[in-house]
Amino acid sequence: MAEVGLKNVKKSYGGMQVIHGIDCAIKDGEFMVLVGPSGCGKSTLLRMIAGLEEISAGEISIDGRVVNDVEPKDRDIAMVFQNYALYPHMSVYDNMAYGLRIRGLSKAEIDERVNKAAGILQLQELLQRKPRQLSGGQRQRVAMGRAIVRDPKVFLFDEPLSNLDAKLRVQMRVEIKQLQNRLGTTAVYVTHDQVEAMTLADRLVVMNAGVAEQIGAPLEVYAKPASLFVAGFIGSPAMNFLAGKISGDGRAVELAGGARVALADGRFASSAGRKVTLGVRPEHLVQDGAGTAAHFQLAIELVETLGADTLLHGRIDGKGDGLIVRVDGATMVKSGQTLALHAPPGALHLFDGETGKRLSD
Amino acid sequence: MRKVGFNNKLLPYLLIAPQIAITAIFFYWPASQAVWQSFLIQDAFGTRTEFVWFENYEVLFKDPTYFNAFIVTVVFSTAVAALSLGIALLLAVQADKQIHGSGPYKTLLMWPYAVAPAVAGVLWLFLFQPSLGVLAKLLRSMGVDWNPLLNGNHAMILVIIAATWKQISYNFLFFLAGLQSIPKSLIEAAAIDGASPMRRFWTVIFPLLSPTAFFLLVVNVVYVFFDTFGIIDAVTHGGPAKATETLVFKVFQDGRLGGDLGGSAAQSVILMFMVIALTAIQFKYIERKVHY
Amino acid sequence: MVERRPFSNLLAHLILWAGIIVVVFPVYYTLIASTHNPRDIFNGEIGFLPGGVPTENYKAALFAGAKQVKTTPATVMMLNSLAMALMIAVGKIAISIISAYAVVYFNFFGRMFAFWTIFVTLMLPVEVRIYPTYKVVADLGLLNSYWGLSVPLIASATATLLFRQFFMTIPDELVEASKIDGAGPMRFFWDTVVPLSRTNMAALFVILFIYGWNQYLWPLLITTDATMDTIIVGIRRQIVTSDANTDWHIVMATAVLAMLPPVAVVVFMQRLFVKGLVETEK
Repeated sequence: MAEVGLKNVKKSYGGMQVIHGIDCAIKDGEFMVLVGPSGCGKSTLLRMIAGLEEISAGEISIDGRVVNDVEPKDRDIAMVFQNYALYPHMSVYDNMAYGLRIRGLSKAEIDERVNKAAGILQLQELLQRKPRQLSGGQRQRVAMGRAIVRDPKVFLFDEPLSNLDAKLRVQMRVEIKQLQNRLGTTAVYVTHDQVEAMTLADRLVVMNAGVAEQIGAPLEVYAKPASLFVAGFIGSPAMNFLAGKISGDGRAVELAGGARVALADGRFASSAGRKVTLGVRPEHLVQDGAGTAAHFQLAIELVETLGADTLLHGRIDGKGDGLIVRVDGATMVKSGQTLALHAPPGALHLFDGETGKRLSD
Repeated sequence: MRKVGFNNKLLPYLLIAPQIAITAIFFYWPASQAVWQSFLIQDAFGTRTEFVWFENYEVLFKDPTYFNAFIVTVVFSTAVAALSLGIALLLAVQADKQIHGSGPYKTLLMWPYAVAPAVAGVLWLFLFQPSLGVLAKLLRSMGVDWNPLLNGNHAMILVIIAATWKQISYNFLFFLAGLQSIPKSLIEAAAIDGASPMRRFWTVIFPLLSPTAFFLLVVNVVYVFFDTFGIIDAVTHGGPAKATETLVFKVFQDGRLGGDLGGSAAQSVILMFMVIALTAIQFKYIERKVHY
Repeated sequence: MVERRPFSNLLAHLILWAGIIVVVFPVYYTLIASTHNPRDIFNGEIGFLPGGVPTENYKAALFAGAKQVKTTPATVMMLNSLAMALMIAVGKIAISIISAYAVVYFNFFGRMFAFWTIFVTLMLPVEVRIYPTYKVVADLGLLNSYWGLSVPLIASATATLLFRQFFMTIPDELVEASKIDGAGPMRFFWDTVVPLSRTNMAALFVILFIYGWNQYLWPLLITTDATMDTIIVGIRRQIVTSDANTDWHIVMATAVLAMLPPVAVVVFMQRLFVKGLVETEK
């Protein structure tokens, strides 16, 4: 068990820099998720921690030891790959035992460790099978077994669930989380799936174009996204964005379409007249009831019923910006109807119109 | 080369050394010797050598026997390639039609690949042996004065038959594989469009098969150039009167019996260039995939 | 097929069977001839059925050889052929797999140069450089030896290219998993690359065995000692241009013996054979 420290870590291929200096301290026993769209550098970063990619600049340490020039095998890490990377010619047992044999453990100890891991992962019946005789979920378990028999300081996961079907993915997600809780081993987990990120992480790093846009606990990232990118990436359906500017008195945002949305009292007085993007999550828009003032009239164009919820797609005043609202599944609305909506001041996010950074409250 | 590998400094050189050594000693050195010798003339006693630039080549191009060998090679390779490709394609198309699988036919048709060219030559020589061969007798009974030992055309026909027989299985296997890789849905689509079986073959199947056919054409020509040495040596010895003396056979004869190392080397060099040209054409066309 | 056409189907079977007869006939006839006595063969009176001496010709061929022109017994020649074929097959596979491994898994100075050095040899069969190669072998004192028979034919690119192509299909993650498991390059080679290459090695072995067994020009040139004859060369030596001196009954039995091992390999290892054939030609 160990901390993992990243200090101003950079990566370039030839002259092109793909990771632009990442700082992050992963605590002992923490489950850290690196999340972002494909090409954002999250896998490269993980592979640098593993020692599979060279570190162009900066410093990576594991358990206090700088590992920049340490071979993967000497870093005391274990990794679960996206395609599992099981040795196709070895049995499940041998796949798990291979690394232990190379390290020269005694036969008895290998046997004990493999059987213990197999017990945890319910692989006892499958130990003599070859990987091709296993289902996707079983292969996934073997890959995890290979990691846990080693009892490493850090687990590294590279999109381990992306080759599974949706149902199995949910099941394995729960298993991984339970396993990590039980073993208490530090874990770094890469995914592009924000649901996976939110459910697994103790903390997450949201990455975009080689930069860590935000590092924080899932709910913190959800509640206070640090940038437009994070706001749009975390949460489903994505946050609604509306262009506008802060009114002269700093108490409201005047939208391009003319609507005026009130802000919580006076927080943005100093920013009067500033161009901003107003963000509000679909689940935070409420139907106009007694005592609230309607902000927009939404002309509904499409209704998606999900069962528990219903998603309404529409346009403000039937011609302005597109907006998505999540309402209770019992709500009866049809496309063509118009809905009066209210955006509560507490649910509003403001981002700078130029930099996209969150305007602090 | 892949992006993931090992960083050892010395190990890769050790791993590649045996092959490089053998290639250098038995390939590059002899090949360069062939080029070098093709510019030399040795006197009859092997005591004096003279550097003569392209004289060996000039002599060669004026030599009617070399021209003869060239014509023999062209006739021989054209006939064998055309016959073996044609017959193999016919058989492969029929085998591909079989609903219950082409497996047994494949097994029955492919094993002549394993017969050595020289042995194939001996088998056919025995069948067509003028005095005791069963097929020779048949021809005589039909009034043909069959004698490959004296008649150059007969000798040529005999080596063509032997060489074709040996090559059918190879072409068959590749044609069958090519046919089986054509998606059935394409043929069904053509059938729904109303194309008759013949039309389907010429407008859908054959164009899709053309990369295979082209590949085989080159392989067959190379085969006829080199591998048939055994057939010719076993069946006709290049005779009668050089009627079946191919370019490769002539290199062999001139170098061994004539002792004309310079001339033989010049012939080798010309052959090298022919093969390089053939291979280059093949690579170029394979890259373009011929028809896609 | 798309439509049912009984007639065209019948025709297809007829064509196929005609093809099979043409392909089988020379070998069948050789087999028949090898069981007849020399006089009947010489008079051309053997018909199409087995003769009365099923084993005599084989005994003579195996242990004595032809009589009118003295040749080596087939047992000796088959051993020579076997040695040559095995040395070529094993040697080529061993040398190629390690050189392909070097080219694919290491980044070293001169890598591309080494690759092209090997690749170019793809184009040139031994026939086009036959005498200079002969001279090298003679200078090394390897005439009339198994080394001389096999080593020069090991220098070829096909096997290296095949292994290279196969190695490119092994997922990168397997290398990475091995590294994390603590395996170095040679350990990865023995524990993962070699086991995964087994089918390819077997397929290649089938093709190379046939290639080695069937060699003709090279052994003809570098063996002058009759006890070093391979069986393919030996048959040729049994045939004399003046027909009266050829022991055809011995030739026929020897021909069957010469065909037997490679044909058996093709028939019994059909899948490996087809795989090897198709993949070495890419």
